[in-house]
Amino acid sequence: MSTTAPERPGTRGRAVVRLGPASGRLRWRQVLVPATVAVAVVLLGAVGLGRGDFPIGVGDVLRTLVGLGEDRQRFIVLELRAPRIVVGALVGLALGLAGALFQTFARNPLASPDVLGITQGASVGAVAAIVLGGTSGVGGLLGGLGVPLAALAGALATGLLLFVLAWRAGIDGYRLVLVGIALWAVASALTDWLLTRAEVFDATAAYVWITGSLNARTWDQAVPLAASLAVLVPAALATSRSLGVLQFGDDTARGLGVRLVRAQTGVVLIAVGLTAAAVAAAGPIAFVALIVPQIAVRLTGGSRPPLLTSGLLGAALVIGADLLTRTVLPTALPVGILTAAVGAPYLLWLLVRGRRSTS
Amino acid sequence: MTSLLDPVADGAGPVRLAAESVSLAYDDRVVVRDLDLQLTEGSLTVIVGPNGCGKSTLLRALGRLLRPARGQVTLDGRAIQQTPTREVAKVLGLLPQAPVAPEGLTVADLVARGRHPHQTWLRQWSRSDESAVAEALAWTDLTELADRPVDELSGGQRQRAWISMALAQGTDLLLLDEPTTYLDLSHQIDVLDLVERLHTERGRTVVVVLHDLNLAARYAQRLVAMKDGVLVASGTPAEVLTEDLLAEVFELEARVVPDPVAGTPMVVPVRRLR
Ligand SMILES: Nc1ncnc2c1ncn2[C@@H]1O[C@H](COP(=O)(O)OP(=O)(O)OP(=O)(O)O)[C@@H](O)[C@H]1O
Ligand SMILES: [Mg+2]
Repeated sequence: MSTTAPERPGTRGRAVVRLGPASGRLRWRQVLVPATVAVAVVLLGAVGLGRGDFPIGVGDVLRTLVGLGEDRQRFIVLELRAPRIVVGALVGLALGLAGALFQTFARNPLASPDVLGITQGASVGAVAAIVLGGTSGVGGLLGGLGVPLAALAGALATGLLLFVLAWRAGIDGYRLVLVGIALWAVASALTDWLLTRAEVFDATAAYVWITGSLNARTWDQAVPLAASLAVLVPAALATSRSLGVLQFGDDTARGLGVRLVRAQTGVVLIAVGLTAAAVAAAGPIAFVALIVPQIAVRLTGGSRPPLLTSGLLGAALVIGADLLTRTVLPTALPVGILTAAVGAPYLLWLLVRGRRSTS
Repeated sequence: MTSLLDPVADGAGPVRLAAESVSLAYDDRVVVRDLDLQLTEGSLTVIVGPNGCGKSTLLRALGRLLRPARGQVTLDGRAIQQTPTREVAKVLGLLPQAPVAPEGLTVADLVARGRHPHQTWLRQWSRSDESAVAEALAWTDLTELADRPVDELSGGQRQRAWISMALAQGTDLLLLDEPTTYLDLSHQIDVLDLVERLHTERGRTVVVVLHDLNLAARYAQRLVAMKDGVLVASGTPAEVLTEDLLAEVFELEARVVPDPVAGTPMVVPVRRLR
């Protein structure tokens, strides 16, 4: 392996790596930032295992993890907290990645599954399942699916609709955002309509779900989520090279040999899949996908949200916010309220500031 | 003027890129009608014509960005639509009229993107990528600006960065759509000198769309004039740039006198004809 010192023009702050037939360029910040964030995720997760209504000391947590803890501690750490943290981390990872994919692809920092209506589509599915469950017809069918599957179906259906409606011999990023906002409005209206028809008890359950929460997550949610991410995350990371070219106008991208339609289809479907998987597991945790990629790109520098860093930062944000709601705040709020409280002002700032690239 | 319409006007060398009875349309609106054009190895062709006559559209079709409604484009004798995008991108580079760079992208990164068709998932930055980028930066005099974000450059510097990207792509054929927009006169000359060097020193086959008729006449080996989607004339600048043609294509009354420096035709406008 050879690492050449930066000497050529335009190589400031990077290293060239060549190993046999493989070669690549790394920017130091693109290595250091995700590594730091990964450490933060692990630390937050570790703290999260011990903290909560029943604080458990570090020593006891470690002992429990290697199978030496008492039963009660074992139950709290391994059955209550660990799946919650794993689901939180995976959901954050998926949302961060999905946001980075959408934003790069659409060349628009507003493009995220929250703004494009995909998470609202999931809400329609979930709320329908909660409210109409047990009745006959389509509603009963949705209810029979259970909330996570209904949410998954809602997200996928909306994503597909978005894809079809934004399609015009390829997908234009601007059109994607416009169609997405329209879908968002329709889905929100549908959710509201369903809620007006709901019994009080159902409505409360539906509201908690819509907020996005990690309460009562078990390995039942963690395992299918981990399985789908095992496929989707590598697929997302593999699009990185063509995303770097898709960022340019369509003509430039195709002039550089990208098979535009195939590449665009791939990116959108992977992003929709990631969102759907995340939302099915924890509900629409608001704004993570919107803000995380923009923070990540400011941390690493460069011209587009870095995929890996966005994913890791999403994980850190979700489990960090969840830890806060479980420990610092007086009542255990759903994590989505905290992310929304941070995300909504950020969205406003983004709109007011009006990035040049969106005009 | 029929002899000027002869598609094989510049004779020498094999035909690299050709439009064969090509009609081009956006949706149902036909923009270019039944056009024949052959570009031979190592030629330097300049396309002129009024705004909206279909120059960019033609260039997009020649670069495989637009599928002809009728007829076909061939690259080295093979139908370009049947050739994989990536293979086309290795031999043919195209600079669109108004390319947009993502915010924050540095000049060096922009130019490096030109290597995309030569890279694979495994081989993302080979030695030839490195030298091609360094050379392209040097040719366009951008080495100094390599680490600056493209969106912070002047219009002219930005234009050079895009040309540099097209150069880094390392293709035999280059299609440049108005590469001199935004440039002051000396930088226009710079860019066109660069194009000429690519053509004479590197034997590249180049097609350039230009609006400045005098510069077009100065640099073109072969000049092509278009109007309303039709190829009106093709030949040496002296053959094409006549007072009659200027009246017909540009609706301009003009004198054509020899350029005191190069001897090529020089257009002195008199007034617009209506
Ligand atoms: N994407 C598009 N969709 C629909 N019509 C288009 C599109 N691009 C160009 N046109 C139309 O096609 C015609 C030819 O446009 P083209 O861009 O090829 O002209 P041009 O000769 O390059 O003009 P200019 O000198 O202004 O660059 C124009 O009437 C234009 O309005
Ligand atoms: Mg044009």
